[in-house]
Amino acid sequence: MQVGIINYGVGNIGSVIGSVNNLGYNYKIIEKETDFETADKLILPGIGNFKKCKEILDEKNFTFKIKESVLVKKKPILGICLGMQLLASSGTEGNNKLSEGLNLINGKVINLKELGSNLVLPHIGWNNILIKKRSPILKNIPDNTDFYFVHNYAYTELSKVNIIAEASYGINFPVLINNKNVWGTQFHPEKSSKAGVEIIKNFIKLEHAKS
Amino acid sequence: MLKVRIIPTLLMKTTGLFKGKNFLSNRNIGSLMPVIKTYNIRDVDEIVILDIEATDNRMGPNLELVKEISENCFVPMTIGGGINKINQVQKLFYNGADKIAINSYAYKNIDFISKIAAEYGSQSIVASVDVKKIGNKWLCFSNNGKVNTHYEVVDWCKRLKENGAGEIMLCSIDNDGLMNGYDQNLIKYVSQNINLPLIVSGGAGSYEDFEIAIKNGSSAVAAASIFHFTYRTPNEAKSYLLSKNIPVRKFFKN
Repeated sequence: MQVGIINYGVGNIGSVIGSVNNLGYNYKIIEKETDFETADKLILPGIGNFKKCKEILDEKNFTFKIKESVLVKKKPILGICLGMQLLASSGTEGNNKLSEGLNLINGKVINLKELGSNLVLPHIGWNNILIKKRSPILKNIPDNTDFYFVHNYAYTELSKVNIIAEASYGINFPVLINNKNVWGTQFHPEKSSKAGVEIIKNFIKLEHAKS
Repeated sequence: MLKVRIIPTLLMKTTGLFKGKNFLSNRNIGSLMPVIKTYNIRDVDEIVILDIEATDNRMGPNLELVKEISENCFVPMTIGGGINKINQVQKLFYNGADKIAINSYAYKNIDFISKIAAEYGSQSIVASVDVKKIGNKWLCFSNNGKVNTHYEVVDWCKRLKENGAGEIMLCSIDNDGLMNGYDQNLIKYVSQNINLPLIVSGGAGSYEDFEIAIKNGSSAVAAASIFHFTYRTPNEAKSYLLSKNIPVRKFFKN
């Protein structure tokens, strides 16, 4: 089992590496196209700007490699924070016009204020998740567990079947999503102490039917 | 519901951890890594690490150290001190910083804040603002409290917000290290006028100080001396706040 941690230059990957390493799993930092080959599972971390990050993924040809790994080779992927947002069909951050995402889970990413939250932004700090349906990624995680968030934008217009958990900040929005082998967390499991480590461990241990 | 954060602040120089009074007479309080490990085991909400001599020594952040910290720290960490180049910011995130704190350099070049915001998002920038009361005004000081910038605190915070800062970390130099309480009037004044998450620091000496600061509008309370020099702990502070009906993060057990 090798966990590929996708490094595209802007992400914060130090703590992702640390948490995978502390769990005792092998990992590879993916910095070029061929690095995708040996990875069994992928983690797409993220911090920054939707449009800019997507452009970097395109330039490095990582967009193609991610889609190939996930859609053709059926490798599981976990997107974290901006990494989850990039799974969407489109997002508005960057130039306030819609730009294309990886399109792995239908939906779009817009500012929390536009979504109707009237609270102070960014949404920074520990907030509890509201579990909508049980999932193996939530093994050992009770409802209302706190996780660490730091973001301005949120996923919307996705199908209810893809929402595993939500959080509330002025409005409710999805924070743990899934479509087949594609997973995303709006919160930072690698920064959410013991509860976060459980999520990363659950993701790595998930079994997916290879077809 | 979003929880109130309790944040230990660690001030460092090349030779270890320090803590002073009114930004002066810094006492060496030991080395950084054991303290980080302790806070990680204690499962604190977040950690702020500031290099207080980096600006004056014209040194950038110590990336090796940040990397070592991030491998031992699974709660969010903010790194500050001497940051004035965009490639330093990139390296800090690469090595595990979640947010970066900018202070002195913002007064020289406010565009630096907007540049970081454009590249990494405003949620990654903590604008650190150190203030001293001069006459009836709170004025901002740079270079670890040594240089009066003559900016009035709310005017300056507004500029920081306009340029993309995601949080304000407000410190009262007058109250720092004395453990006689935060400058609550300053907290009220800034929180009522600036619509950004506010981390307050400088002077906390009791759990009640945290409670009042939160009621006055801060999103997070930061402190150093109370945790370094007394038997008080972030977890006890949480129990106290919870008893006052203030939402805090529950300790995760499995």
